[in-house]
Amino acid sequence: MKAFTYERATSTAQAAVRAASVPGAKFIAGGTNLLDLMKIEIEAPAHLIDVNGLDLAKIEPTPDGGLRIGALVRNTDLAADAGVRRDYPVLARALLAGASPQLRNRATTAGNLLQRTRCPYFYDPDQACNKREPGSGCAALAGWRRMHAIVGTSDACIAAHPSDMAVAMRVLDAEVETMRADGSTRRIALADLHRLPGATPHLETTLDAGELITAVVLPSPPGGTHVYRKVRDRASYAFALVSVALVRQPDGSGRVALGGIAPKPWRDEDAERALASDPHAVVDGLLKDARTSPDNAFKITLARRTLDAAIADARSAR
Amino acid sequence: MKFDTPATKNPIDRLAVVGHPVDRIDGPLKTTGTARYAYEHHDAVARPAYGYVLGAGIAKGSIHSMDLAAAKAAPGVLAIVTADNAGPLGKGDKNTATLLGGPTIEHYHQAIALVVAETFEQARWAARRIRVDYGPVDGTFDLARAKESASKPASGKPDTAVGDFGNAFAAAPVQLDATYTTPDQSHAMMEPHASTALWDGDTLVIWTSNQMVAWGVADVAKTLGIPKEKVHLMSPFIGGGFGGKLFVRADAVLAALGARAAKRPVKVALPRPLMFNNTTHRPATIQRIRIGATREGRITAIAHESWSGDLPGGKPETAVDQTRLLYAGANRMTAMRLAVLDLAEANAMRAPGEAPGMMALEIAIDEMAEKLGIDPVQFRIANDTQVDPEHPERPFSKRRLVDCLAIGAEKFGWKARNPHPAGTRDGRWLVGFGVAAAFRNNLVTRSGARVRLGKDGVVTVETDMTDIGTGSYTIIAQTAAEMMGVPLHRVVVRLGDSDYPVSSGSGGQWGGNSSTAGVYAACTKLREAVATKLGLPPDADFADGRVRAGSRDVAVADAARNGELVAEDHMEYGDLDKRYQQSTFGAHFVEVRVDAATGETRVKRMLAVCAAGRILNPKTARSQVIGAMTMGVGAALSEHLVVDRYAGFFVNHDLAGYEVPVHADIPHLDVVFLDETDPMSSPMKAKGVAELGICGVAAAIANAIHHATGVRVRDYPVTLDKLIDRLPLLAREEES
Amino acid sequence: MNESDAMNPARREALALGRDMLVGGAAACWAGSPSARAASPRRDAPVMRKLTLRVNGAAQALELDTRTTLLDALREHLHLTGTKKGCDHGQCGACTVIAGGRRINACLSLAVMHDGDEVTTIEGLGKPGHLHPMQAAFVRHDAYQCGYCTPGQICSSVAMLEELRHGIPSHAAADVAAAPAWTPDELRERMSGNICRCGAYSNIIEAITEVAGAQP
Repeated sequence: MKAFTYERATSTAQAAVRAASVPGAKFIAGGTNLLDLMKIEIEAPAHLIDVNGLDLAKIEPTPDGGLRIGALVRNTDLAADAGVRRDYPVLARALLAGASPQLRNRATTAGNLLQRTRCPYFYDPDQACNKREPGSGCAALAGWRRMHAIVGTSDACIAAHPSDMAVAMRVLDAEVETMRADGSTRRIALADLHRLPGATPHLETTLDAGELITAVVLPSPPGGTHVYRKVRDRASYAFALVSVALVRQPDGSGRVALGGIAPKPWRDEDAERALASDPHAVVDGLLKDARTSPDNAFKITLARRTLDAAIADARSAR
Repeated sequence: MKFDTPATKNPIDRLAVVGHPVDRIDGPLKTTGTARYAYEHHDAVARPAYGYVLGAGIAKGSIHSMDLAAAKAAPGVLAIVTADNAGPLGKGDKNTATLLGGPTIEHYHQAIALVVAETFEQARWAARRIRVDYGPVDGTFDLARAKESASKPASGKPDTAVGDFGNAFAAAPVQLDATYTTPDQSHAMMEPHASTALWDGDTLVIWTSNQMVAWGVADVAKTLGIPKEKVHLMSPFIGGGFGGKLFVRADAVLAALGARAAKRPVKVALPRPLMFNNTTHRPATIQRIRIGATREGRITAIAHESWSGDLPGGKPETAVDQTRLLYAGANRMTAMRLAVLDLAEANAMRAPGEAPGMMALEIAIDEMAEKLGIDPVQFRIANDTQVDPEHPERPFSKRRLVDCLAIGAEKFGWKARNPHPAGTRDGRWLVGFGVAAAFRNNLVTRSGARVRLGKDGVVTVETDMTDIGTGSYTIIAQTAAEMMGVPLHRVVVRLGDSDYPVSSGSGGQWGGNSSTAGVYAACTKLREAVATKLGLPPDADFADGRVRAGSRDVAVADAARNGELVAEDHMEYGDLDKRYQQSTFGAHFVEVRVDAATGETRVKRMLAVCAAGRILNPKTARSQVIGAMTMGVGAALSEHLVVDRYAGFFVNHDLAGYEVPVHADIPHLDVVFLDETDPMSSPMKAKGVAELGICGVAAAIANAIHHATGVRVRDYPVTLDKLIDRLPLLAREEES
Repeated sequence: MNESDAMNPARREALALGRDMLVGGAAACWAGSPSARAASPRRDAPVMRKLTLRVNGAAQALELDTRTTLLDALREHLHLTGTKKGCDHGQCGACTVIAGGRRINACLSLAVMHDGDEVTTIEGLGKPGHLHPMQAAFVRHDAYQCGYCTPGQICSSVAMLEELRHGIPSHAAADVAAAPAWTPDELRERMSGNICRCGAYSNIIEAITEVAGAQP
């Protein structure tokens, strides 16, 4: 781990200014992913801005009936929030399917969205990785790909996004609120927050340098029955092979997002129109450009069957 | 003391302390965090410097050059050890690859440097500043591809044959010929390999996490080129081993070298992501099994062939061994072949040989029973043997496999099993029952101890035996208490120090029986000394803190009133293990649920019935078995060191990628010990149990998955991707 | 530079550093001298920072390299080695402590981030002879083997029962909106961040169940 200077931010605006002005600065909140990566020098900030003291840990209703979730709301607290459990249970379920209680006690809402891939080649500095070191190549392409993405990938990178929470956020049409160094704020649809790797897999989000996520905003509750179905090898504390976030209305229509199969939460609003009539068509639409290897081709069948299972869960929950 | 005739009645048979489920005597230390492990001896080592290991970034080849300049200049750096500057190093007898690589690199993450600095943070930073120019060469990493080039291993018994397997198999009306694979697996113990070393003049004082103190002393001495007498090695607490800490590893050698270079005590722990490729692992196997039987279900021919790989000079995984002994059959053969693979060193992991061997054999037996239309419990019972099938004149010392199966079937409710696979459903779950036999040989090993009777009447046992979680502290205390007739709290046990008499160490499930037998020998001597001191006959009775003979009744402590009494002895063994086949037996019963949609398997309940001689402490023995069953669940469902066949290393080299079971994977586990003593094994009449518990578990689960789904998977682990295309259609698919 | 070097950013950086900071090395096993180490400030010099941890009720003033994790602060600086380092990457739970009333992985938190925080470690729960009820239950149920994950399991389980009491849901819940049930499956899911390779899980759940049952 590289030596770094450290400060505790006292205001959001000041934090954003410092992040833009101090060379090599990074924000740290929960630290559960950043510190992990700093220990193996995949992240090597020269300066850390600890934002934990900022007033960004509230969950509040929005005027239009939605929910504004502060960036520093811990995963545990978000999952335990009565409003989330009542009105957005897919989010509570996704949160609880992720990581471990200890990690959820530290991990924050914004940090969860910004966590980096768990590709084992990314994590091994002795292996080629275009995400870690642009232009070095991708060892995973010729290697073990069972945990990797099958859609949205490129010849440069096949890493999957590891978050469960983000998949639920995506199905809920979440937006992130940010502040930039000049004090300006903006909202970014979650669909637009993460980039696909293309030729530049090291560029993972559309945030500007120093731009700080301050909140995630959920629109008014979508109603319907919520299911988050995560499929993994062991029963807990493991990353998804495939996950399905489903919000299903009584008429069978609804929304679907997939996790574990793409570099970002994977949803296709056009494809999901077929949910009531032909759920497999939804998966076929989502995975139409899938590029698989013998290691991970099973994810196509698994995604179909997991959606079937999620729909069955939703039906029986009514 | 020599054990060369079957045990008769002896002081242990009193069972006043031995055989009782007493709490571990080291429990208060472990539960309060005050048991000190190898990296934690702040009390004895005031200002240690920190060593950080750099592992090789290629699988095979050589180091052209190492540029240490930036690392040397990094803040706080005290010393850097490389093969270039370490001076001549030997190789331990128990090591296959050298522990400090360079210029030759034998495997990925082989240690190539140690950076010693004032702090851990500084050492970690500086280690990554070392620039290495490698000359990589092509290696062989894929067992399946190397199989054809595999040769007869130099050690062990690569080939066995009895009768005429070929003709008998060809003539058998019912045949099975199937090939199974087991993957590379990692011990993944919770405490990383760690050592703290300092030099006291020319004597190396080292705390290291090691199962075998005397082996450790010998190999540290040999590697460093110093006399064994100049190594003081201590290993009082070990955070798990499972065979991965049988041998001296890089942390110990590099801590010693680092301490010499820095002229400071140095401590080194292997970073977790380095452990999987740096240390040893259970090697992958390919196993072909052929069984021929009569239509009535009598095995007439059985063959087991296994292929595994290791570095040059390595050894095979002896996966065929149990097949020589487990089932009857007049015509039999086994063969082992060893390929050269340039992966990290293959070596022992919990029940080496039997664990992967039973993973294959016990699926094969299940498949054969299915072909025959015979219940798999009954098929196993029908093919039991009470003698060594290769040497029918040689009986088993005790063999209650049939009891294990029958009692287990009764307790588990086996008769409720639907005879038809894929026939039982509970909501979203496909339900299956599975069974497998458990089998592991019993090994006995010379073991010594020293016992002191203090003026205060406290009995102190000293032996270099280790407690890797097995309960050694406790069963040794029970043994000494029983022998000396004192209550448990009047016994102090000191372990894991090379100043103490050499013991069996912990491995191969020999430790419990062998080390307590050594304590038995020393206590026998101490009893004689006490009796002599008190003027009592040698057959005096020791109980309740008293020594009694005839009308005399004296406090045992009186014997030490004028000074401590000390006795030292060891137990060594005659040929009872040659005249009698000594093995341990069991049966595993499992109910699994497989998600009908996704193929996820969850274990619902498990039962193990074990016949393993006298159970010295049912509480700690049960823990050994449930721990082994848990590891068996991992072997069945998730554990798989994945080989990158291009770059030549285990890809999933951390605890996120290598999935061992977590709490949510493990239900309440049931264990039954049959009431048994084995007078052929030792005066303790005990045998091993810690490895028996894993043998067969994975197969029982694989068989249960087959029973639940109708899908037979012969390649471990049985992950959902191997099931998903063959699962029954879902209800809504059937509708449409 | 060969291909494997080209793949390795750490080595590239090392090369860059090496250019401006070459120091002559001795041919024999290299050991630095104090004078060589007392060079002028450099860009990789440790950044030291003062902080106070309130550990098990006692204020502990420390001056630490900012890189020091809470785990290493406890183990290497305060010599509270009951908290274990199993993986140092948040993948095993052996380092579980209770900070600010919540169980966390001490390996994935910087000590400086906890300046002023209350931290409870295994040493703060009980001592030999004065065991916490959970520690005593672990002994009774043989809920450990090698003992290395044990302090983490115990700290985790003590905090976990508090989480249950506060109604924090888990993945095991059938209805995530409902108050959680105190079932073995709930306990198993909630303890799944603590790996025990010895496989004492069955006994650990029994120990926790006993303590949970004895509490209101």
